[in-house]
Amino acid sequence: MSLKNQDLEQIAYLARINIDKDKFPSLKKELESILELVAKMDSVNTESVVPMSHPLDLSQPLRKDKVTEKDDRKNLQKNAPSIKAGLFMVPKVIEVED
Amino acid sequence: MTELHKLSIKEKLKGLKDSTFSSQELTESYLKRIKKLDNKINSFITVLEERAVKSAKEADQRYASGSALPLDGIPIAHKDIFCTEGVLTSCGSRMLSNFISPYSSTVVKNFEGSGSVVLGKTNMDEFAMGSSNETSYFGEVKNPWKEDYVPGGSSGGSAACVSAGLASGATGTDTGGSIRQPAALCGLTGIKPTYGRVSRYGMIAFASSLDQGGVLTKTAEDAAYMLKTMSGHDPKDSTSLNVEVPDFVKEINKEIKGLRVGLPKQFFSMNLPEYVERSINESLKVFEKLGVKIIDVDLPHIDLSLPIYYVIAPAECSANLSRYDGVKFGYRCEDPKNLEDLYMRTREEGFGSEVKRRILIGTYALSAGYYDAYYLKAQKCRRLVANDFKETFKSVDLILSPTAPDTSFALGAKTSDPVEMYKQDIFTIPANLAGLPGISVPCGQHQGLPLGLQLVSDNLEESKILRMAHHFQLNTDWHKSWPELD
Repeated sequence: MSLKNQDLEQIAYLARINIDKDKFPSLKKELESILELVAKMDSVNTESVVPMSHPLDLSQPLRKDKVTEKDDRKNLQKNAPSIKAGLFMVPKVIEVED
Repeated sequence: MTELHKLSIKEKLKGLKDSTFSSQELTESYLKRIKKLDNKINSFITVLEERAVKSAKEADQRYASGSALPLDGIPIAHKDIFCTEGVLTSCGSRMLSNFISPYSSTVVKNFEGSGSVVLGKTNMDEFAMGSSNETSYFGEVKNPWKEDYVPGGSSGGSAACVSAGLASGATGTDTGGSIRQPAALCGLTGIKPTYGRVSRYGMIAFASSLDQGGVLTKTAEDAAYMLKTMSGHDPKDSTSLNVEVPDFVKEINKEIKGLRVGLPKQFFSMNLPEYVERSINESLKVFEKLGVKIIDVDLPHIDLSLPIYYVIAPAECSANLSRYDGVKFGYRCEDPKNLEDLYMRTREEGFGSEVKRRILIGTYALSAGYYDAYYLKAQKCRRLVANDFKETFKSVDLILSPTAPDTSFALGAKTSDPVEMYKQDIFTIPANLAGLPGISVPCGQHQGLPLGLQLVSDNLEESKILRMAHHFQLNTDWHKSWPELD
């Protein structure tokens, strides 16, 4: 399994992680060695096997559609990097034409 | 007075009840030890001195008024993955190095409700990803048995602190072996219960279909006390099992005569070091003397466990960790140019290299065109491993193996080769894939470093593995030795 620089760029973008170009060679090698380990799965035929998504094969229980949490905005926003008028602040996302 | 930290939880409870010592004295003796010794091993991220003394005083009052709770006044520590209201909950990461949790996890609440005293929050591999506790933003943890060796991971701080006598016991989490492997490397008992036995509410998520909370203690009896406290159904966790929790403490005394133990031939045909095999063989003799039957068993797909795990765990981690974007809480990069730059640099700077590696692998495995070949394939193979166990438990009660392939290793020895590090969990991962409970118990030493054996049972049979571990400890002394850190 070999990865191209282009693949790595695409994966990093999908994951929204900036990666320095000079780290590409070592990272590529590490990811390839993991993919090589994982490739062992190809040796078994799983055509008729039902995939297992829950270790005990249980389904998700449902609860009543009722509000159970109290409004705790102030307390929850204490950890925010930037708050203004009770809102989470981020860099501008809408371009305004003058 | 005798050294308080060497008493078992049962002895401590008796001492508190009989007023031989108070919880305040007990707690202060631990805090003193932490102050004196933790700079050698770095097992705590946060020490909660004032808070601990305050809860100890409250426990003493309850003893005085005859209203003591089940674990009243027992000093413990929590892995820094369990959200604790008003306290830094960092998960060993720069990303959460400023996160003061606004709420407490169910596990933390359960211990509060039982009267335990929380000494502090323990160090861990970043986001529980690692087998050596070298990936923590708060520095590596050292093995109390040999300070230039790793304690194992990811619950390495919990293992090191209990092993050094800095807490009666500590909580941990186990996604692929993160309780059992450090327990083995530090000479402790460590149990990962059945998936769903312990609530995951407020336990910071890594791989949700594998993560399970548990405990690290000196003995199986101590583990029974703590597991009883932390288990139980929680409506706040949709994967929490709504089943009765047995009285693990009472159950451990039942006899083990007649139980059948399976030895998977795949585990014993892989060139283990001679001293690992010897420790297992000697342990088997102890069990045989107690009337346990040893049977060879076959788990034909067990070799797939590591490959399956390194698709499923990274895939689930890449989804779970997408929440760390620098917007609502946690680390944010300086001067973001725009929103995208904020995401990309926050995650570059906030995560360490092992976490980034796993997010990238997981993102790749889940991306369009690769989902079937990796994630779906892994889920199918996972079924095969689980079926192997199901089949095997028709003829045996438990499965026994070493916990880790060797004793602890030197700090830095495996950091440059991720796959070599991943092999640490070769014996422990299968139980996570199948959701099964597993325990590690000290079973030997080599060159001053502990070795552990693992027992795995069918779902919800924690009582059985605790009972086996307890009887083993009644007939061996490995769990009684302490590292010389003082």
